[in-house]
Amino acid sequence: MIFELTEEQKLLRQMVRDFAEAEIAPGVEARDEEERFDRELMYDKLGELGLTGIVFPEQYGGAEADYISYAIAVEELSRVCASTGVTLSAHLSLGANPIYLFGTEEQMQTFLKPLAEGSKMGAFGLTENSAGSDAGGTKTTAVRDGDDWIINGSKIFCTNGGDAEIYIIFARTDKNAQKHHGISAFIIEKDTPGFSFGKKEKKLGIRASPTMELVFENCRIPAGNLLGEEGEGFKVAMKTLDGGRIGIAAQALGIAQGALDAAIGYAKERKQFDKPISSFQAIQFKLADMATEIEAARLLVYQAAYRASAGLSYGQQSAMAKMYASDVAMRVTNEAVQIFGGYGYTREYPVERMMRDAKITQIYEGTNEVQRIVISAALVK
Amino acid sequence: MNLDLTEEQKLIQDTAREFATAELAPVAGELDRGGDQKIFFANLKKLAELGFMGLNVSEEYGGTEAGVIAFSVALTEVARACASTAVTLSVNNMVCEIIQAVGSEAQRQLYIPKICSGEYLAGAFALTESGAGSDPAGMTTTAVQDGDHWVLNGSKIFITSAPYAGVFVVWAVTDKSAPKGKGISCFLVEQHTPGLVIGKKEEKLGQHASATNELLFQNCCIPKDALMGKLNDGFRVAVGELAGGRIGIGSLALGVGLAAMDAASAYSVERKQFGRKIAEFQAIQWKLADCYTDLDAARLLLMNAAFKKEQGRSFGKEASMAKLFASEAANRACYEAMQIFGGYGYTCEFPIERYARDARICSIYEGTSEIQRLIIARDILRGFS
Repeated sequence: MIFELTEEQKLLRQMVRDFAEAEIAPGVEARDEEERFDRELMYDKLGELGLTGIVFPEQYGGAEADYISYAIAVEELSRVCASTGVTLSAHLSLGANPIYLFGTEEQMQTFLKPLAEGSKMGAFGLTENSAGSDAGGTKTTAVRDGDDWIINGSKIFCTNGGDAEIYIIFARTDKNAQKHHGISAFIIEKDTPGFSFGKKEKKLGIRASPTMELVFENCRIPAGNLLGEEGEGFKVAMKTLDGGRIGIAAQALGIAQGALDAAIGYAKERKQFDKPISSFQAIQFKLADMATEIEAARLLVYQAAYRASAGLSYGQQSAMAKMYASDVAMRVTNEAVQIFGGYGYTREYPVERMMRDAKITQIYEGTNEVQRIVISAALVK
Repeated sequence: MNLDLTEEQKLIQDTAREFATAELAPVAGELDRGGDQKIFFANLKKLAELGFMGLNVSEEYGGTEAGVIAFSVALTEVARACASTAVTLSVNNMVCEIIQAVGSEAQRQLYIPKICSGEYLAGAFALTESGAGSDPAGMTTTAVQDGDHWVLNGSKIFITSAPYAGVFVVWAVTDKSAPKGKGISCFLVEQHTPGLVIGKKEEKLGQHASATNELLFQNCCIPKDALMGKLNDGFRVAVGELAGGRIGIGSLALGVGLAAMDAASAYSVERKQFGRKIAEFQAIQWKLADCYTDLDAARLLLMNAAFKKEQGRSFGKEASMAKLFASEAANRACYEAMQIFGGYGYTCEFPIERYARDARICSIYEGTSEIQRLIIARDILRGFS
């Protein structure tokens, strides 16, 4: 066993941290307040740094690094700005990775390459208003018409929606098939006639990351945009989400670390009863628990990432990492607000934003309730 | 990163698991209920023969030289079957390591091979006193030099393995006028030394097969060269060595927690209520998912601390995190397992109630959870200035 990052991974961490602190941190409050996604700053620059395709082979525009490097990148971005963290995670894990996993060579050249290089941004449309945790309940349809597919229906809660150029969309291609078998995955480009954007959600947190409704009205796409086998879309979705959980787990980890760092800094400065509050055991014990849980979360995240890159099964580990890290993020940000007291509740300090941002990590990419089903299914099968 | 065990580490884990399953598990319940101590001793001898008493100790002194990760995984496997055996193993390894780290060459040659070979069933670590628990520097046992001897007076409590230990690592005040913690020294005291009295045996909640006694020093006279390490440097030694011991106790806790959850998982697919296996209910699935996730996180924290120690880096914070997290996770796992077993889990017909009793001490000894939090907080606050 080796519990140590490689030199490359250490350098990457430093590079992403420097970038996040120098460029992402300024304006993070304003973007949250205004619910404004700054494409150039929060995505295009990630492409310049080689992060948008970090895990993919160089021939497809990637940096050919491993999943631990990817997790580190999302973690460091999220430590400063969770909206930027999820932009990268949704783009890479959900938009680009299914093309890498299931795409043809032609699809990889046409779609994966610009995504990995960062000239285009990816997104993923699985959830519908009546198909959330029960993704097999997808109602959007795709009907074959000559050399085309015609898509009808709508998707909700699409991260990067509206700004992304390439979307992975799941639609029912066989109404008679059993629930999980009649679904297929498609690649749909922005500006395709019949594809439009509905409501932009107003949210509690990750407010600088756009969350959109996608609407398909007789949207015609070429047959070559079918991703993977017809009828195998549910499998595409589940495999994609296994990897996506590493991204969200890393996002949660970064949020928690950011909150702990802020809380430690404040606890050492803030004086009450003539002493820094960090000299009181009540505060020390909170910090110790927060740091210990974050370390445990980090190891679970890196374990899942290690297994993903080593070619080992990692579905259960990524579910554990996502569930645990997101629960830790919620506890830690909540405790950070407590340590800041009344100031923590105000917009003058970052911890209330971090707490709002943390909440979604327990919900999206499979609620933690769904993660527990995934974990226990592997235990008592 | 590489999170796979090496072939050697796997071999040690498998050996420990096989021995624990074949030899320890069948007798653990009986020993808990006060069964024949000879069985317990025989198993300690066999573990010594397997090389488990000095896993991180040089071969020169009869150790196995397998490293800290191997020590951790072995201890976890032993604890899955019998926590009392595991705690004896943990303390024996710690005593060997401390003698190797600070003892003279003569002391190493004299004592370590005896513990590693099983000639001594155990070594003991005598730090705690009735008035000095979490605050060990507050000890009052004294050692006064008298010609070629040291004379010890005072008492120690909660000493694991005391009645059958061949050698005791004992801390005593050697300079009363020194600032707190600066006047303490460390000594090696052999069993049967006149003036060393094995006192009251504690009646405990769990880990029954492992004896926990008071030690009395009544003008106990030991040779001058029984001093281990430098004079008045003993407190620093104790604090350093306890960090290594924490990896042991965390690994023990992990084993007990896993034993409880494995039993509960197996039970949940057999037990039927409302016409279905209880494993099919989300209420049960949730408990399994949460507990196993916690235990996997505990395992990674332990491996991380063990790796750092093996590499010769600072590992105090990591060991405290691992010990804190693993002992708390093991306690939660045991009580959730008991809940899954329902009324049966509360009876002595199943091992769950023993696991719960055995796990409880893990968040107390080798530094309470509260002390671990102090150590962690001190470290992170210092690192932030």
